[in-house]
Amino acid sequence: MAFQVPIATSRSSTGIPTSRLAVWWVLASEIVIFGGLIMSYLMFRLHHESWSYEAAKTDPWAGGFNTFVLLTSSLFVVLAHHAAENNDTKKSFRYIWYTIGGGGVFMMVKIYEYSSKIMHDYTMFKSVFWSFYYTATGLHGFHVLCGMVIMAIIAQDVKKGKNLHRVEAIGIYWHFVDVIWIFLFPLLYIAK
Amino acid sequence: MSHAHKMSFWEKYVFSTDHKMIGLQYMFTGIAMAIIGGFFVYVFRMQLAFPGISVPGYGEVTPLAYNSLVTNHGTIMIFWFAMPVLIAAFGNILIPLMIGCDDMVFPRINRLSYQIFLLSALVLVASFFVPNGGFGGAWTAYPPLSAEAAYNATPLGAPMWLIAVALEFVAFLLGGINFITTMMNARAKGMTMYKIPIVLWLIVIASILFMLSVGPLIAGAVMLLFDQLLGTHFYNPGGGGDPLLWQHLFWFFGHPEVYVVLLPAMGIVADIMAVFARKKLFGYRTILYSVFATGILSFVVWAHHQFIAGIDPRMANLFTVTTLLISIPIAELCFVYIATLYGGSITFNTPMLWAISFMVEFLIGGVTGIFLGASGADIYFHDTYFVVAHFHYTFVPIAIIGFYAGITYWFPKIFGKMLDDKLGRIHFWGTIIPFNFIFIPLFVLGTAGQHRRIFNYEYFQDLALAEFYNLRVIATVSLLVMIAFQFVFVYNFVKSLRKKEKAPKNPWNANTLEWTADSPPPHGNWPELPVVYRGPYEYSHPDRESDWWPQHEPGPDPADPDYQSPSQNPQTT
Amino acid sequence: MSEAAEHQEHHEAHGAGRYVKIWIILLVLLGVSVIGPLAEIKWLTLITAFGIALVKAGMVCAYFMHLNIEKKLAWYILFATLLLLLVFFTGIAPDVMKPEGQNWESLYVEPTQTDVEGHGYGDGHAEKAH
Repeated sequence: MAFQVPIATSRSSTGIPTSRLAVWWVLASEIVIFGGLIMSYLMFRLHHESWSYEAAKTDPWAGGFNTFVLLTSSLFVVLAHHAAENNDTKKSFRYIWYTIGGGGVFMMVKIYEYSSKIMHDYTMFKSVFWSFYYTATGLHGFHVLCGMVIMAIIAQDVKKGKNLHRVEAIGIYWHFVDVIWIFLFPLLYIAK
Repeated sequence: MSHAHKMSFWEKYVFSTDHKMIGLQYMFTGIAMAIIGGFFVYVFRMQLAFPGISVPGYGEVTPLAYNSLVTNHGTIMIFWFAMPVLIAAFGNILIPLMIGCDDMVFPRINRLSYQIFLLSALVLVASFFVPNGGFGGAWTAYPPLSAEAAYNATPLGAPMWLIAVALEFVAFLLGGINFITTMMNARAKGMTMYKIPIVLWLIVIASILFMLSVGPLIAGAVMLLFDQLLGTHFYNPGGGGDPLLWQHLFWFFGHPEVYVVLLPAMGIVADIMAVFARKKLFGYRTILYSVFATGILSFVVWAHHQFIAGIDPRMANLFTVTTLLISIPIAELCFVYIATLYGGSITFNTPMLWAISFMVEFLIGGVTGIFLGASGADIYFHDTYFVVAHFHYTFVPIAIIGFYAGITYWFPKIFGKMLDDKLGRIHFWGTIIPFNFIFIPLFVLGTAGQHRRIFNYEYFQDLALAEFYNLRVIATVSLLVMIAFQFVFVYNFVKSLRKKEKAPKNPWNANTLEWTADSPPPHGNWPELPVVYRGPYEYSHPDRESDWWPQHEPGPDPADPDYQSPSQNPQTT
Repeated sequence: MSEAAEHQEHHEAHGAGRYVKIWIILLVLLGVSVIGPLAEIKWLTLITAFGIALVKAGMVCAYFMHLNIEKKLAWYILFATLLLLLVFFTGIAPDVMKPEGQNWESLYVEPTQTDVEGHGYGDGHAEKAH
């Protein structure tokens, strides 16, 4: 039996389209997940003197490059949304794939960073700072990966001209992942 | 909208995207888990009253097994019974029906949410059968006990427990997003903010509370899982971590969680009371604003669970004040409910009995909470059976009474048959009376200083007195009686389902939209979606001959400021 | 539907060029936040790191997520979560950030700078003013 979208989905009592409203709520729940982690990190960070020495061992150039990559991919996805709004499915499809490419570059840099850290003995177990470093960036990386997969699925729909409103929804999610990184970057790489 | 062709068994019952079917899946999974949780409590209460006996149906209880039974009893009853039944089951069944739409806004996410929930339940159940059994570090899972296999002796059970809980959270996050967006966006034409039935408001506010409080714990659970499996030191003070952090992360979620399950039960009770008192709900907005206040305050009371954990005494002061403050909006809710009953023409049938008993029993739970909320008194009471009795006086009304109230009230709508009222009353009294006989002795034992989490009181001279054992035996025997009476409900349930005659569309003459659909409603709920003209609680309005005024019936809205009463002088009617 | 049309119009008026402009501003800000710590002044680092992070996040939220033209409701939802995190921090920090207790003794020894630096990760950024 083919799935039929219910009438409920097309209703909009608040004036915000359902998909976008749902994404705002997803973000609210994500903010508290990352927020809980970041706040816990901050408490430890302010309390442990030695963490600033540990933080000095992170690679701000890799982190900075990744910030650049994510900001650029954010630009691509907002352009994809712009194109989707103008019903330019080809352009939208192309920009979505640029965004996925950005995510791919981000993950490659992450792999390089992780492996070089681990080779220099800065593993997850060295101290709680490094546990936080791997947990926070890992959780963030997991979100990047999820975003890439979802975008690849949406791109297929966009190509056929279906469900164009989803480009905006995934775009908002992607910007959010970007914003989280904007905060993780100074917290883990810059502040010493 | 209606699907003419016949659906296969799998399409209809297992992989359905219909909100009512998903609600039922949640409900029956929840009930199945409650049976497991109930069996656990039977085993360890037997051990406590008659230490060392071979419990019929289980055998001898070892200390390790005892810890695991208690831990999983708590976990199951809150995460796998109260939440799925009160929020997920009733939320799924009621939200689309009461706001007048054909389904949830994201039916497939809804299905996914149930599937993840089922997976989480399976992981938890599987954890009882791994070597060394299920996790035994209490449902709060404080590290270092929960973090190191060397301490908790369950190298597999502990991570499985944690993964099950985390999966369950994901399921409820997905479900919660669905509930919130559905109620915000998919309401029928005319259903403005103040025309939504209270029960939906409360289910959705509960979903929001859950969503906002669970985040830090999800992050915390990942950290605890790394501590367990990889050997990091997030919660190990020897390695630079902090065990108190987990307690805070847990209770930052854990206290709002109490309100997450309380609010739906409160909402169910509000709806039932208005219908069976045939009176307009007293103070719709008062309820709503009190609940907003409760929701906000519920985020700033969490540390009263940690008064003896060595938290900063200045913070303990602060949390005492907020804890006592939160009793104000809850007391206000109780007053509103009593005022709704006052002067009504009350029908004492089964759902109404459950609703009233909810108020009575929950009040006892609330009042005893005052002692525990005061940090000074809490130092004595904490970790005694006083705490156990207190939270069972809140959670049993919430989970068990709230569930029975809801299921007896909506049974005709959900299953299309009427429940037997006489059997329902027998079941009611057979549950309520033993319930009080279980927990009043525990209050006494707690005040006498009986500690929690002790497997066998024979080992403690002060607690092995004969009079203490008498009270323990009373509690355990009452539990057996209470469990026995649940079979009356099962019998009633099955018997009613097999009845020939169908339930009418609206057996209670209730106003809300779900009663305008067929019983049970078909896929898509209505051939044509309803429109709302007035609030849900217009009972016994003086301008009407009948004592109810359905939401969907075209006509004026008496709450409208421009409303003209047809009688010239409304005072005389 | 007029709202959707308005939305559309809004986009048309500014177009893709506007997004590129914001992207360039973001990159400049990023450059400042990377270069900031090289001055080795702690308060300046804090400002360039976190002040700029806030500005960047604000810009992404406003212009890329379109919170600037979204209904106020969405903004309230997100802002409430931030307030909640503040409550979270103030409630927990007094305990977690308290290094000593009365009834227990911490066995944890804070590593010194030389302990940490013993590993010598030579990327040139190790020595900074603290």
